[in-house]
Amino acid sequence: MTGKVHCYKRDHINTDEIIPARYLNMDKETDLARYAMEDIDPEFIKKVKEGDFIIAGEDFGCGSSREHAVWALRGAGIRAVIADTFARIFYRNCINNGFLAIECKGISEKTDSGDELEIDVEKGVITNRTKDDQYSFQAIPDFARDIINAGGLLNYIAGKAN
Amino acid sequence: MGSTITEKILAAHCGRKAVKPGELINAEIDVIMCHDVTTTPAIDMLAEKGLSKVAHPERVVIMPDHFVPNKDIKSAEMVAKIRRWAKEQGIEQFYDLGRHGVCHALLPEQGHVRPGETIICGDSHTSTHGALGAFSTGVGSTDLAAALATGELWFKVPETILFRLSGKLGKGVYSKDVILEIIRQIGVDGALYKTMEFTGELIDELSVEARMTICNMAIEAGGKSGIINPDQKTIDYIKARTDTSFEIYKSDPDAEYCQVIDINVANLEPIVALPHLPSNGKPVSQLNDIPIDQAYLGSCTNGRIEDLRVAAEILQGKSVASSTRMIVIPATTDIWKQANKERLLDIFMEAGATVSSPTCGACLGGHMGILAAGERCISSTNRNFVGRMGSPKSEVYLGSPATVAASAIEGKIADPRKYLQEKP
Ligand code: SF4
Repeated sequence: MTGKVHCYKRDHINTDEIIPARYLNMDKETDLARYAMEDIDPEFIKKVKEGDFIIAGEDFGCGSSREHAVWALRGAGIRAVIADTFARIFYRNCINNGFLAIECKGISEKTDSGDELEIDVEKGVITNRTKDDQYSFQAIPDFARDIINAGGLLNYIAGKAN
Repeated sequence: MGSTITEKILAAHCGRKAVKPGELINAEIDVIMCHDVTTTPAIDMLAEKGLSKVAHPERVVIMPDHFVPNKDIKSAEMVAKIRRWAKEQGIEQFYDLGRHGVCHALLPEQGHVRPGETIICGDSHTSTHGALGAFSTGVGSTDLAAALATGELWFKVPETILFRLSGKLGKGVYSKDVILEIIRQIGVDGALYKTMEFTGELIDELSVEARMTICNMAIEAGGKSGIINPDQKTIDYIKARTDTSFEIYKSDPDAEYCQVIDINVANLEPIVALPHLPSNGKPVSQLNDIPIDQAYLGSCTNGRIEDLRVAAEILQGKSVASSTRMIVIPATTDIWKQANKERLLDIFMEAGATVSSPTCGACLGGHMGILAAGERCISSTNRNFVGRMGSPKSEVYLGSPATVAASAIEGKIADPRKYLQEKP
Protein backbone atom coordinates (compact mmCIF):
# COMPACT_ATOMS: atom_id res chain seq x y z
CA MET A 1 0.00 0.00 0.00
CA THR A 2 1.16 3.51 -0.75
CA GLY A 3 0.12 6.87 0.60
CA LYS A 4 1.17 10.32 1.75
CA VAL A 5 2.46 11.10 5.22
CA HIS A 6 1.14 13.47 7.86
CA CYS A 7 4.08 13.62 10.23
CA TYR A 8 3.82 14.79 13.85
CA LYS A 9 7.31 14.89 15.30
CA ARG A 10 6.13 14.67 18.87
CA ASP A 11 5.93 12.07 21.62
CA HIS A 12 2.88 11.26 23.76
CA ILE A 13 0.18 12.39 21.35
CA ASN A 14 -2.84 11.35 23.38
CA THR A 15 -6.34 10.24 22.53
CA ASP A 16 -7.78 13.51 23.91
CA GLU A 17 -5.89 15.24 21.11
CA ILE A 18 -6.85 12.67 18.49
CA ILE A 19 -10.53 13.01 19.37
CA PRO A 20 -11.46 15.38 22.22
CA ALA A 21 -13.85 14.16 24.92
CA ARG A 22 -16.42 16.78 23.95
CA TYR A 23 -17.22 14.64 20.89
CA LEU A 24 -17.63 11.35 22.76
CA ASN A 25 -21.39 11.59 22.65
CA MET A 26 -20.97 10.30 19.07
CA ASP A 27 -19.54 6.99 17.92
CA LYS A 28 -19.91 6.81 14.13
CA GLU A 29 -16.70 7.02 12.11
CA THR A 30 -18.05 9.61 9.70
CA ASP A 31 -19.20 11.88 12.55
CA LEU A 32 -15.99 11.53 14.54
CA ALA A 33 -13.81 12.00 11.44
CA ARG A 34 -14.83 15.66 11.21
CA TYR A 35 -13.03 16.35 14.50
CA ALA A 36 -10.02 14.04 14.10
CA MET A 37 -6.78 15.57 15.45
CA GLU A 38 -8.64 18.83 16.05
CA ASP A 39 -6.73 19.84 19.19
CA ILE A 40 -3.32 19.10 17.73
CA ASP A 41 -3.80 20.18 14.12
CA PRO A 42 -7.03 21.99 13.27
CA GLU A 43 -6.07 21.86 9.56
CA PHE A 44 -5.67 18.08 9.55
CA ILE A 45 -9.14 17.23 8.36
CA LYS A 46 -8.83 19.62 5.41
CA LYS A 47 -5.50 18.14 4.31
CA VAL A 48 -6.08 14.43 4.77
CA LYS A 49 -6.87 12.18 1.80
CA GLU A 50 -8.13 8.61 1.64
CA GLY A 51 -5.22 6.20 2.04
CA ASP A 52 -2.85 8.61 3.86
CA PHE A 53 -0.62 7.63 6.78
CA ILE A 54 0.05 9.29 10.12
CA ILE A 55 3.57 9.21 11.50
CA ALA A 56 4.37 10.19 15.08
CA GLY A 57 6.97 9.80 17.81
CA GLU A 58 6.84 7.70 20.95
CA ASP A 59 3.81 6.56 22.94
CA PHE A 60 1.25 7.51 20.28
CA GLY A 61 -2.35 7.18 21.50
CA CYS A 62 -1.65 7.39 25.23
CA GLY A 63 -4.33 8.36 27.70
CA SER A 64 -7.99 7.49 27.49
CA SER A 65 -9.01 4.06 26.17
CA ARG A 66 -11.50 5.58 23.75
CA GLU A 67 -11.61 3.51 20.58
CA HIS A 68 -13.18 6.62 19.07
CA ALA A 69 -9.57 7.68 18.38
CA VAL A 70 -9.10 4.79 15.95
CA TRP A 71 -12.52 5.35 14.38
CA ALA A 72 -11.90 9.07 13.93
CA LEU A 73 -8.61 8.43 12.14
CA ARG A 74 -10.00 5.66 9.97
CA GLY A 75 -13.10 7.70 9.24
CA ALA A 76 -10.85 10.53 8.09
CA GLY A 77 -9.29 8.17 5.54
CA ILE A 78 -6.09 7.21 7.36
CA ARG A 79 -4.95 3.74 6.29
CA ALA A 80 -2.21 3.15 8.87
CA VAL A 81 -0.47 4.82 11.78
CA ILE A 82 3.28 4.41 12.08
CA ALA A 83 4.95 5.50 15.28
CA ASP A 84 8.21 5.05 17.16
CA THR A 85 6.11 3.31 19.85
CA PHE A 86 2.43 3.08 20.76
CA ALA A 87 0.49 3.28 23.99
CA ARG A 88 -0.93 -0.11 24.89
CA ILE A 89 -4.68 0.34 24.69
CA PHE A 90 -4.50 2.32 21.45
CA TYR A 91 -2.35 -0.41 19.89
CA ARG A 92 -4.83 -3.09 21.00
CA ASN A 93 -7.71 -1.05 19.65
CA CYS A 94 -5.98 -0.81 16.27
CA ILE A 95 -5.48 -4.57 16.03
CA ASN A 96 -9.00 -5.25 17.25
CA ASN A 97 -10.37 -3.00 14.52
CA GLY A 98 -8.24 -4.52 11.81
CA PHE A 99 -6.52 -1.14 11.53
CA LEU A 100 -2.82 -1.16 10.81
CA ALA A 101 -0.51 0.21 13.54
CA ILE A 102 3.19 -0.23 12.85
CA GLU A 103 5.94 0.28 15.39
CA CYS A 104 9.06 1.54 13.66
CA LYS A 105 11.65 3.06 15.96
CA GLY A 106 13.08 6.34 14.72
CA ILE A 107 10.65 6.81 11.83
CA SER A 108 9.36 10.18 13.03
CA GLU A 109 12.87 11.62 12.68
CA LYS A 110 13.41 10.30 9.19
CA THR A 111 10.19 11.32 7.50
CA ASP A 112 8.34 14.55 6.82
CA SER A 113 4.81 15.50 5.98
CA GLY A 114 4.13 15.03 2.30
CA ASP A 115 6.57 12.12 1.86
CA GLU A 116 5.19 9.24 -0.15
CA LEU A 117 5.56 5.83 1.49
CA GLU A 118 5.04 2.29 0.43
CA ILE A 119 4.40 -0.27 3.17
CA ASP A 120 5.06 -3.97 2.73
CA VAL A 121 3.46 -5.61 5.74
CA GLU A 122 4.59 -9.14 4.86
CA LYS A 123 8.24 -8.18 4.53
CA GLY A 124 8.16 -5.59 7.30
CA VAL A 125 9.61 -2.85 5.11
CA ILE A 126 8.60 0.76 4.58
CA THR A 127 9.96 2.48 1.47
CA ASN A 128 10.13 6.27 1.44
CA ARG A 129 9.81 7.10 -2.26
CA THR A 130 10.29 10.81 -1.72
CA LYS A 131 13.55 10.42 0.19
CA ASP A 132 14.59 7.19 -1.53
CA ASP A 133 15.06 5.48 1.82
CA GLN A 134 13.95 2.27 3.49
CA TYR A 135 13.06 1.42 7.09
CA SER A 136 12.33 -2.02 8.46
CA PHE A 137 9.91 -2.82 11.23
CA GLN A 138 9.27 -5.80 13.42
CA ALA A 139 6.77 -8.21 11.94
CA ILE A 140 3.28 -8.08 13.42
CA PRO A 141 2.71 -11.21 15.59
CA ASP A 142 0.75 -14.01 13.85
CA PHE A 143 -2.10 -13.84 16.29
CA ALA A 144 -2.53 -10.11 15.72
CA ARG A 145 -2.21 -10.58 11.97
CA ASP A 146 -5.00 -13.18 12.02
CA ILE A 147 -7.24 -10.66 13.74
CA ILE A 148 -6.29 -7.91 11.30
CA ASN A 149 -6.82 -10.20 8.32
CA ALA A 150 -10.23 -11.24 9.62
CA GLY A 151 -11.12 -7.53 9.63
CA GLY A 152 -11.02 -7.16 13.41
CA LEU A 153 -11.50 -9.11 16.63
CA LEU A 154 -15.26 -9.46 16.38
CA ASN A 155 -15.13 -10.84 12.85
CA TYR A 156 -12.45 -13.20 14.09
CA ILE A 157 -14.66 -14.38 16.97
CA ALA A 158 -17.77 -14.53 14.77
CA GLY A 159 -15.75 -16.58 12.27
CA LYS A 160 -14.72 -19.04 14.98
CA ALA A 161 -18.28 -19.27 16.29
CA ASN A 162 -19.68 -20.24 12.88
CA MET B 1 11.55 -19.49 39.73
CA GLY B 2 8.41 -18.08 41.33
CA SER B 3 5.61 -16.07 39.81
CA THR B 4 4.17 -12.61 40.34
CA ILE B 5 0.60 -12.13 41.53
CA THR B 6 -0.32 -11.00 37.99
CA GLU B 7 1.14 -14.13 36.38
CA LYS B 8 -0.66 -16.34 38.91
CA ILE B 9 -4.04 -14.71 38.32
CA LEU B 10 -3.66 -14.88 34.55
CA ALA B 11 -2.51 -18.52 34.67
CA ALA B 12 -5.51 -19.48 36.80
CA HIS B 13 -7.81 -17.77 34.27
CA CYS B 14 -6.49 -19.58 31.22
CA GLY B 15 -6.35 -23.01 32.81
CA ARG B 16 -2.57 -23.20 33.04
CA LYS B 17 -0.19 -23.89 35.90
CA ALA B 18 2.02 -20.94 35.03
CA VAL B 19 2.42 -18.26 32.38
CA LYS B 20 5.43 -16.18 31.42
CA PRO B 21 5.67 -12.56 30.28
CA GLY B 22 5.26 -12.21 26.52
CA GLU B 23 2.96 -15.22 26.13
CA LEU B 24 -0.37 -14.61 24.40
CA ILE B 25 -3.27 -16.10 26.30
CA ASN B 26 -7.03 -16.13 26.29
CA ALA B 27 -8.18 -15.37 29.82
CA GLU B 28 -11.58 -15.89 31.39
CA ILE B 29 -13.00 -12.55 32.56
CA ASP B 30 -14.78 -12.42 35.93
CA VAL B 31 -16.12 -8.87 35.94
CA ILE B 32 -17.00 -6.71 32.95
CA MET B 33 -17.80 -3.15 33.90
CA CYS B 34 -19.68 -1.01 31.40
CA HIS B 35 -20.02 2.77 31.44
CA ASP B 36 -21.92 5.12 29.15
CA VAL B 37 -19.24 6.25 26.69
CA THR B 38 -17.62 3.01 25.53
CA THR B 39 -20.51 0.58 25.94
CA THR B 40 -22.90 1.85 23.27
CA PRO B 41 -20.41 1.24 20.45
CA ALA B 42 -19.85 -2.28 21.82
CA ILE B 43 -23.59 -2.96 21.79
CA ASP B 44 -23.82 -1.81 18.14
CA MET B 45 -20.83 -3.91 17.09
CA LEU B 46 -22.25 -7.04 18.68
CA ALA B 47 -25.59 -6.56 16.96
CA GLU B 48 -23.85 -5.93 13.65
CA LYS B 49 -21.82 -9.14 13.85
CA GLY B 50 -24.76 -11.25 15.00
CA LEU B 51 -23.11 -11.83 18.39
CA SER B 52 -25.94 -10.29 20.27
CA LYS B 53 -26.10 -12.65 23.26
CA VAL B 54 -24.01 -11.75 26.31
CA ALA B 55 -22.27 -14.92 27.47
CA HIS B 56 -22.48 -14.27 31.22
CA PRO B 57 -24.95 -11.50 32.13
CA GLU B 58 -24.23 -12.09 35.82
CA ARG B 59 -20.64 -10.96 35.35
CA VAL B 60 -21.62 -7.61 33.87
CA VAL B 61 -21.95 -4.47 36.00
CA ILE B 62 -23.31 -1.33 34.35
CA MET B 63 -22.73 2.16 35.67
CA PRO B 64 -23.27 5.19 33.44
CA ASP B 65 -21.07 7.94 34.85
CA HIS B 66 -19.35 10.18 32.31
CA PHE B 67 -22.21 12.40 31.22
CA VAL B 68 -24.75 11.67 33.98
CA PRO B 69 -27.14 13.17 34.86
CA ASN B 70 -27.47 13.20 31.07
CA LYS B 71 -25.87 16.37 29.79
CA ASP B 72 -27.59 16.52 26.41
CA ILE B 73 -29.88 14.61 24.08
CA LYS B 74 -27.09 12.49 22.63
CA SER B 75 -25.89 11.29 26.02
CA ALA B 76 -29.48 10.64 27.07
CA GLU B 77 -29.89 8.44 23.99
CA MET B 78 -26.71 6.55 24.85
CA VAL B 79 -27.89 5.66 28.34
CA ALA B 80 -31.41 4.87 27.07
CA LYS B 81 -29.88 2.40 24.65
CA ILE B 82 -27.81 0.78 27.42
CA ARG B 83 -30.92 0.46 29.60
CA ARG B 84 -32.83 -1.30 26.82
CA TRP B 85 -29.91 -3.59 26.09
CA ALA B 86 -29.41 -4.49 29.76
CA LYS B 87 -33.05 -5.47 30.00
CA GLU B 88 -32.89 -7.59 26.86
CA GLN B 89 -29.78 -9.37 28.11
CA GLY B 90 -31.04 -9.89 31.64
CA ILE B 91 -28.21 -7.86 33.18
CA GLU B 92 -29.37 -6.99 36.65
CA GLN B 93 -26.39 -5.18 38.12
CA PHE B 94 -27.22 -1.69 36.90
CA TYR B 95 -26.42 1.44 38.90
CA ASP B 96 -28.77 4.00 37.46
CA LEU B 97 -29.19 7.60 38.61
CA GLY B 98 -29.76 7.71 42.34
CA ARG B 99 -27.40 4.82 43.02
CA HIS B 100 -24.84 6.02 40.51
CA GLY B 101 -21.22 7.01 40.78
CA VAL B 102 -17.90 7.20 38.99
CA CYS B 103 -17.26 3.64 37.86
CA HIS B 104 -13.87 3.04 39.44
CA ALA B 105 -15.06 4.35 42.79
CA LEU B 106 -18.40 2.55 42.65
CA LEU B 107 -17.23 -0.92 41.55
CA PRO B 108 -15.07 -1.69 44.62
CA GLU B 109 -17.37 0.22 46.97
CA GLN B 110 -20.30 -2.01 46.02
CA GLY B 111 -18.32 -5.22 46.42
CA HIS B 112 -17.82 -6.09 42.76
CA VAL B 113 -14.03 -6.30 43.03
CA ARG B 114 -12.51 -9.34 44.70
CA PRO B 115 -8.84 -10.37 44.96
CA GLY B 116 -7.66 -12.86 42.37
CA GLU B 117 -10.26 -11.86 39.78
CA THR B 118 -9.85 -10.58 36.25
CA ILE B 119 -11.66 -7.32 35.56
CA ILE B 120 -11.99 -5.26 32.41
CA CYS B 121 -13.78 -2.08 31.49
CA GLY B 122 -13.70 0.12 28.43
CA ASP B 123 -11.87 2.74 30.43
CA SER B 124 -8.18 3.35 30.92
CA HIS B 125 -8.33 3.85 34.69
CA THR B 126 -9.56 0.30 35.25
CA SER B 127 -6.09 -0.25 36.69
CA THR B 128 -7.61 1.11 39.94
CA HIS B 129 -8.95 -2.27 41.04
CA GLY B 130 -5.53 -3.85 41.21
CA ALA B 131 -5.36 -2.15 44.60
CA LEU B 132 -7.50 -5.05 45.85
CA GLY B 133 -5.25 -7.75 44.39
CA ALA B 134 -7.19 -8.30 41.15
CA PHE B 135 -5.85 -8.21 37.59
CA SER B 136 -7.73 -5.25 36.19
CA THR B 137 -7.08 -3.43 32.95
CA GLY B 138 -8.63 -0.92 30.60
CA VAL B 139 -9.64 -1.92 27.08
CA GLY B 140 -11.42 -0.46 24.08
CA SER B 141 -14.99 -1.02 22.92
CA THR B 142 -14.13 -3.93 20.61
CA ASP B 143 -12.40 -5.74 23.48
CA LEU B 144 -15.40 -5.00 25.63
CA ALA B 145 -17.70 -6.43 22.96
CA ALA B 146 -15.55 -9.53 22.59
CA ALA B 147 -15.52 -10.12 26.35
CA LEU B 148 -19.29 -9.64 26.52
CA ALA B 149 -19.82 -12.14 23.71
CA THR B 150 -17.40 -14.82 24.88
CA GLY B 151 -16.54 -14.17 28.53
CA GLU B 152 -12.86 -14.23 27.53
CA LEU B 153 -10.24 -11.87 26.18
CA TRP B 154 -6.77 -12.11 24.68
CA PHE B 155 -3.81 -10.73 26.58
CA LYS B 156 -0.10 -10.63 26.28
CA VAL B 157 1.19 -11.57 29.74
CA PRO B 158 2.89 -8.37 30.90
CA GLU B 159 6.28 -7.98 32.48
CA THR B 160 6.14 -6.49 35.96
CA ILE B 161 8.02 -3.57 37.48
CA LEU B 162 8.23 -3.82 41.26
CA PHE B 163 8.04 -0.57 43.22
CA ARG B 164 9.30 -1.00 46.77
CA LEU B 165 8.02 1.97 48.72
CA SER B 166 9.51 2.69 52.12
CA GLY B 167 9.33 5.49 54.66
CA LYS B 168 6.46 7.32 56.33
CA LEU B 169 4.56 10.12 54.63
CA GLY B 170 4.89 13.53 56.26
CA LYS B 171 1.84 15.57 57.27
CA GLY B 172 -0.02 16.92 54.26
CA VAL B 173 1.53 14.36 51.90
CA TYR B 174 -0.66 11.61 50.49
CA SER B 175 -0.71 8.61 48.19
CA LYS B 176 -1.55 10.99 45.31
CA ASP B 177 1.78 12.72 45.86
CA VAL B 178 3.50 9.32 45.85
CA ILE B 179 2.10 8.28 42.48
CA LEU B 180 2.77 11.72 40.98
CA GLU B 181 6.37 11.35 42.16
CA ILE B 182 6.63 7.85 40.67
CA ILE B 183 5.33 9.11 37.32
CA ARG B 184 7.68 12.08 37.51
CA GLN B 185 10.56 9.64 37.93
CA ILE B 186 9.68 7.08 35.25
CA GLY B 187 7.73 9.23 32.77
CA VAL B 188 4.35 8.79 31.09
CA ASP B 189 5.59 5.73 29.20
CA GLY B 190 7.94 4.44 31.89
CA ALA B 191 5.78 1.35 32.40
CA LEU B 192 4.52 0.92 28.83
CA TYR B 193 2.78 -2.48 28.41
CA LYS B 194 3.90 -3.47 31.91
CA THR B 195 2.28 -4.14 35.24
CA MET B 196 3.25 -1.89 38.13
CA GLU B 197 3.31 -3.85 41.38
CA PHE B 198 3.51 -1.77 44.55
CA THR B 199 4.84 -3.11 47.81
CA GLY B 200 6.69 -2.08 50.94
CA GLU B 201 6.00 -0.59 54.35
CA LEU B 202 4.35 2.49 52.87
CA ILE B 203 1.75 0.36 51.09
CA ASP B 204 1.14 -1.62 54.29
CA GLU B 205 0.42 1.64 56.09
CA LEU B 206 -1.96 3.06 53.47
CA SER B 207 -5.71 2.57 53.59
CA VAL B 208 -7.34 0.58 50.82
CA GLU B 209 -8.76 3.83 49.39
CA ALA B 210 -5.35 5.48 49.32
CA ARG B 211 -3.95 2.42 47.54
CA MET B 212 -6.63 2.80 44.87
CA THR B 213 -5.34 6.30 44.09
CA ILE B 214 -1.93 4.79 43.34
CA CYS B 215 -3.19 1.97 41.10
CA ASN B 216 -5.64 4.36 39.42
CA MET B 217 -2.76 6.30 37.90
CA ALA B 218 -0.68 3.30 36.71
CA ILE B 219 -2.05 4.02 33.25
CA GLU B 220 -0.57 7.52 33.42
CA ALA B 221 2.83 5.83 33.33
CA GLY B 222 1.66 3.72 30.39
CA GLY B 223 1.06 0.65 32.57
CA LYS B 224 -1.25 -2.17 31.63
CA SER B 225 -2.29 -2.54 35.23
CA GLY B 226 -1.33 -1.68 38.78
CA ILE B 227 -1.49 -4.27 41.51
CA ILE B 228 -0.98 -4.69 45.24
CA ASN B 229 -0.77 -8.01 47.08
CA PRO B 230 -3.87 -8.38 49.27
CA ASP B 231 -3.45 -8.16 53.07
CA GLN B 232 -5.78 -8.13 56.05
CA LYS B 233 -6.95 -4.59 55.21
CA THR B 234 -7.96 -5.77 51.75
CA ILE B 235 -9.82 -8.75 53.15
CA ASP B 236 -11.65 -6.61 55.71
CA TYR B 237 -12.63 -4.12 53.00
CA ILE B 238 -14.02 -6.85 50.76
CA LYS B 239 -15.78 -8.82 53.48
CA ALA B 240 -17.65 -5.69 54.54
CA ARG B 241 -19.09 -5.49 51.02
CA THR B 242 -19.70 -8.93 49.59
CA ASP B 243 -20.23 -12.58 50.44
CA THR B 244 -18.81 -13.76 47.13
CA SER B 245 -15.88 -16.07 47.75
CA PHE B 246 -12.48 -15.30 46.31
CA GLU B 247 -9.02 -16.69 46.06
CA ILE B 248 -5.95 -14.82 47.22
CA TYR B 249 -2.83 -14.81 45.10
CA LYS B 250 0.44 -13.20 46.13
CA SER B 251 3.76 -12.73 44.44
CA ASP B 252 6.42 -15.28 45.37
CA PRO B 253 9.58 -13.93 47.00
CA ASP B 254 11.57 -15.25 44.05
CA ALA B 255 9.21 -13.91 41.37
CA GLU B 256 10.95 -12.37 38.39
CA TYR B 257 10.64 -8.64 37.74
CA CYS B 258 11.89 -6.75 34.71
CA GLN B 259 12.85 -3.87 36.97
CA VAL B 260 12.85 -3.08 40.69
CA ILE B 261 12.56 0.55 41.77
CA ASP B 262 13.10 1.61 45.39
CA ILE B 263 11.60 4.85 46.59
CA ASN B 264 11.73 6.28 50.08
CA VAL B 265 8.92 8.76 50.68
CA ALA B 266 10.09 10.12 54.03
CA ASN B 267 11.16 13.46 52.54
CA LEU B 268 8.52 13.66 49.85
CA GLU B 269 6.73 16.99 49.55
CA PRO B 270 3.27 17.52 48.09
CA ILE B 271 3.69 17.21 44.31
CA VAL B 272 1.83 19.14 41.62
CA ALA B 273 1.94 17.97 37.99
CA LEU B 274 2.16 20.95 35.66
CA PRO B 275 0.48 21.07 32.25
CA HIS B 276 0.31 19.12 30.02
CA LEU B 277 1.61 15.78 31.29
CA PRO B 278 1.11 13.88 34.55
CA SER B 279 4.89 13.40 34.61
CA ASN B 280 5.57 17.15 34.93
CA GLY B 281 5.62 16.93 38.73
CA LYS B 282 7.22 19.62 40.90
CA PRO B 283 7.29 19.97 44.69
CA VAL B 284 4.61 22.48 45.58
CA SER B 285 7.12 24.63 47.47
CA GLN B 286 8.83 25.44 44.17
CA LEU B 287 5.68 26.86 42.63
CA ASN B 288 5.23 30.54 43.29
CA ASP B 289 2.27 32.61 42.32
CA ILE B 290 0.38 30.42 39.94
CA PRO B 291 -3.12 31.90 40.18
CA ILE B 292 -6.02 29.54 39.53
CA ASP B 293 -9.55 30.08 38.26
CA GLN B 294 -10.97 26.77 39.36
CA ALA B 295 -10.28 24.10 41.97
CA TYR B 296 -11.77 20.69 41.31
CA LEU B 297 -12.16 17.98 43.91
CA GLY B 298 -13.53 14.70 42.64
CA SER B 299 -12.99 11.79 40.20
CA CYS B 300 -12.06 8.13 40.44
CA THR B 301 -8.60 9.17 41.62
CA ASN B 302 -9.53 11.32 44.59
CA GLY B 303 -13.28 11.70 45.06
CA ARG B 304 -13.63 9.21 47.90
CA ILE B 305 -14.68 9.92 51.48
CA GLU B 306 -11.13 10.15 52.84
CA ASP B 307 -10.33 12.73 50.17
CA LEU B 308 -13.38 14.81 51.07
CA ARG B 309 -12.49 14.60 54.77
CA VAL B 310 -8.98 15.93 54.17
CA ALA B 311 -10.24 18.79 52.02
CA ALA B 312 -12.98 19.65 54.54
CA GLU B 313 -10.45 19.71 57.36
CA ILE B 314 -8.49 22.36 55.46
CA LEU B 315 -11.53 24.36 54.30
CA GLN B 316 -13.33 24.38 57.64
CA GLY B 317 -13.97 27.97 58.68
CA LYS B 318 -12.14 29.29 55.62
CA SER B 319 -13.33 30.74 52.32
CA VAL B 320 -12.56 29.98 48.73
CA ALA B 321 -10.70 33.00 47.27
CA SER B 322 -13.01 35.43 45.49
CA SER B 323 -11.03 34.99 42.27
CA THR B 324 -11.55 31.22 42.32
CA ARG B 325 -14.48 28.84 42.00
CA MET B 326 -14.37 25.46 43.65
CA ILE B 327 -16.31 22.40 42.55
CA VAL B 328 -16.66 19.33 44.77
CA ILE B 329 -18.05 16.12 43.31
CA PRO B 330 -18.26 13.13 45.65
CA ALA B 331 -17.47 10.16 43.44
CA THR B 332 -20.46 7.99 44.35
CA THR B 333 -23.93 8.27 45.84
CA ASP B 334 -22.85 6.53 49.06
CA ILE B 335 -19.85 8.85 49.40
CA TRP B 336 -22.19 11.82 48.87
CA LYS B 337 -24.51 10.53 51.59
CA GLN B 338 -21.67 9.84 53.99
CA ALA B 339 -20.17 13.29 53.39
CA ASN B 340 -23.59 14.78 54.02
CA LYS B 341 -23.93 12.85 57.26
CA GLU B 342 -20.52 14.03 58.43
CA ARG B 343 -21.52 17.60 57.45
CA LEU B 344 -18.59 17.85 55.07
CA LEU B 345 -20.86 19.19 52.36
CA ASP B 346 -21.86 22.04 54.69
CA ILE B 347 -18.21 22.91 55.17
CA PHE B 348 -17.68 23.05 51.40
CA MET B 349 -20.78 25.12 50.75
CA GLU B 350 -20.02 27.51 53.58
CA ALA B 351 -16.53 28.01 52.25
CA GLY B 352 -18.07 29.05 48.93
CA ALA B 353 -17.55 25.85 46.96
CA THR B 354 -20.35 24.14 45.08
CA VAL B 355 -21.23 20.46 45.42
CA SER B 356 -22.75 18.38 42.63
CA SER B 357 -24.19 14.95 42.06
CA PRO B 358 -21.65 12.16 41.38
CA THR B 359 -20.40 12.25 37.79
CA CYS B 360 -17.15 12.17 35.83
CA GLY B 361 -18.23 15.57 34.58
CA ALA B 362 -15.46 18.12 34.56
CA CYS B 363 -12.66 15.56 34.91
CA LEU B 364 -12.80 14.86 31.20
CA GLY B 365 -14.15 18.21 30.08
CA GLY B 366 -17.57 16.64 29.69
CA HIS B 367 -19.84 18.97 31.67
CA MET B 368 -20.30 20.51 35.13
CA GLY B 369 -17.26 22.76 35.20
CA ILE B 370 -15.64 23.19 31.78
CA LEU B 371 -12.67 25.55 31.50
CA ALA B 372 -12.57 28.54 29.12
CA ALA B 373 -9.53 29.49 27.05
CA GLY B 374 -6.81 30.89 29.27
CA GLU B 375 -8.28 29.45 32.47
CA ARG B 376 -6.28 27.41 34.92
CA CYS B 377 -7.50 24.65 37.23
CA ILE B 378 -5.94 22.74 40.11
CA SER B 379 -7.53 19.33 40.07
CA SER B 380 -7.52 16.15 42.14
CA THR B 381 -7.96 14.12 38.93
CA ASN B 382 -5.39 12.05 37.06
CA ARG B 383 -4.76 13.60 33.66
CA ASN B 384 -3.76 17.08 32.54
CA PHE B 385 -3.46 16.72 28.79
CA VAL B 386 -4.20 19.61 26.44
CA GLY B 387 -7.93 20.30 26.53
CA ARG B 388 -8.64 17.61 29.10
CA MET B 389 -10.99 19.79 31.15
CA GLY B 390 -12.24 22.08 28.43
CA SER B 391 -10.65 24.56 26.04
CA PRO B 392 -7.40 23.41 24.41
CA LYS B 393 -6.08 26.75 25.66
CA SER B 394 -6.84 25.99 29.31
CA GLU B 395 -4.41 24.47 31.81
CA VAL B 396 -4.79 21.67 34.34
CA TYR B 397 -2.50 21.19 37.34
CA LEU B 398 -2.82 17.90 39.22
CA GLY B 399 -2.50 17.61 42.98
CA SER B 400 -3.85 15.89 46.08
CA PRO B 401 -7.22 16.83 47.58
CA ALA B 402 -5.34 18.74 50.28
CA THR B 403 -3.40 20.74 47.70
CA VAL B 404 -6.65 21.46 45.83
CA ALA B 405 -8.31 22.72 49.04
CA ALA B 406 -5.36 24.88 50.09
CA SER B 407 -5.10 26.33 46.59
CA ALA B 408 -8.81 27.15 46.54
CA ILE B 409 -8.39 29.19 49.72
CA GLU B 410 -5.42 31.16 48.39
CA GLY B 411 -6.59 31.48 44.79
CA LYS B 412 -3.21 30.19 43.69
CA ILE B 413 -1.40 26.90 43.92
CA ALA B 414 -0.60 26.46 47.58
CA ASP B 415 1.13 24.12 50.00
CA PRO B 416 -1.49 22.35 52.15
CA ARG B 417 0.91 21.61 54.98
CA LYS B 418 0.57 24.95 56.72
CA TYR B 419 -3.20 24.48 57.05
CA LEU B 420 -2.75 21.15 58.71
CA GLN B 421 0.00 22.25 61.07
CA GLU B 422 -2.09 25.11 62.44
CA LYS B 423 -4.26 22.58 64.23
CA PRO B 424 -3.18 21.49 67.71
S1 SF4 C 1 -13.49 10.38 36.87
FE1 SF4 C 1 -12.27 11.05 35.12
S2 SF4 C 1 -10.62 9.59 34.95
FE2 SF4 C 1 -12.16 8.69 36.29
S3 SF4 C 1 -13.43 7.42 34.95
FE3 SF4 C 1 -14.38 9.43 35.06
S4 SF4 C 1 -13.55 10.58 33.32
FE4 SF4 C 1 -12.24 8.81 33.64
